[in-house]
Amino acid sequence: MKLSVLVNEGPYQHQAADTAIQFTKAALEKGHEIMRVFFYHDGVNNGTRFGVPPQDDRNITEQWTELAKQHDLDLVICIAAAQRRGILDENEAKRQGKDGDNIADGFRISGLGQLIEAGIQSDRLVIFGD
Amino acid sequence: MSEPWEDDELEGPVRKFMYVNRRAPYGTIYALESLEVVLIAAAFEQDVSLVFMDDGVYQIKKDQDTEAIGVKNFSPIYRALEGYDVEKLYVEKESLESRGLTTDDLVVPVQIVDKNQLADLMEEQEVILSF
Amino acid sequence: MAMLHTVNKSPFERRTLDTCLRHAVKGAGILLIEDGVYAAFDGTVVAEKIKAALADHKIYVLGPDVKARGMKDHHVIDGVQVVDYGGFVDLVTEYDKVQSWL
Repeated sequence: MKLSVLVNEGPYQHQAADTAIQFTKAALEKGHEIMRVFFYHDGVNNGTRFGVPPQDDRNITEQWTELAKQHDLDLVICIAAAQRRGILDENEAKRQGKDGDNIADGFRISGLGQLIEAGIQSDRLVIFGD
Repeated sequence: MSEPWEDDELEGPVRKFMYVNRRAPYGTIYALESLEVVLIAAAFEQDVSLVFMDDGVYQIKKDQDTEAIGVKNFSPIYRALEGYDVEKLYVEKESLESRGLTTDDLVVPVQIVDKNQLADLMEEQEVILSF
Repeated sequence: MAMLHTVNKSPFERRTLDTCLRHAVKGAGILLIEDGVYAAFDGTVVAEKIKAALADHKIYVLGPDVKARGMKDHHVIDGVQVVDYGGFVDLVTEYDKVQSWL
């Protein structure tokens, strides 16, 4: 089956990101296709590469990056939510006149249309949030 | 002029999308950002229903005056939904009544459904979005 | 067309479980995840609610979340099925759609 995932909360603050990762991993192990993982609301904070969580615990952003690399996943951060919360790629930083960007590997910034498209084209859309 | 992140016109099936709003406005951002999804989603011409239940009914309460809290009042946007062809707005009867509200308290015309009708409506949907 | 409902909040913190039960039609499945797993155990004030709901619904609880919260040796209500993440995925594909009650 073709599945998509929506992550509505940032890393660590809520379990949503962790559950989403475990679900995504399990789905891939079962041979399902993950069409897209879309990050909205504080979920966009999953996509900053500047997080330095304690060494003895998981690094959620890196888990996403690793999963994306291994399975060619499409991790999409909503541009409107990202702008509000300061998650920028190089283009966005230039456009907005900011002196740096912080997006992590494996993530890309795009519009809410990508979420709707995932809802239209996937067999199932599973939402993780607060 | 289209921006790099704007999607090309999508061809494909028309699905029944339901947006479930259960949270009050301003205390959290979910009400505003879910509305932003609805507006963007309108371009995709899907079969859209909006449901206001539990504290979500407060999102469409009249007379919101946000000046003193220093936050933008986004309730006028609900009145613009009709212009986006988003016309199926449902409010759960029990949620409204338990909060001492009536349809006269709301900024937009809505269809009132009781919990059983709402349950049936939810069953008909293909994609349900919660925020 | 049966729906899978997920509930991720404790029934003692939020009324999400109640709202879900009020809107889940007969035949729908309910999966308790994250803090929502606390509803799955005997001996709480919500146990009767779950037992009653079992008449109309299949109810599942996510094992890894149970273990994480130190509830492994507490008695899961008879009839509530413990699943792992693979089981979660299977439920998502077996039911026709998913509604996450947040």
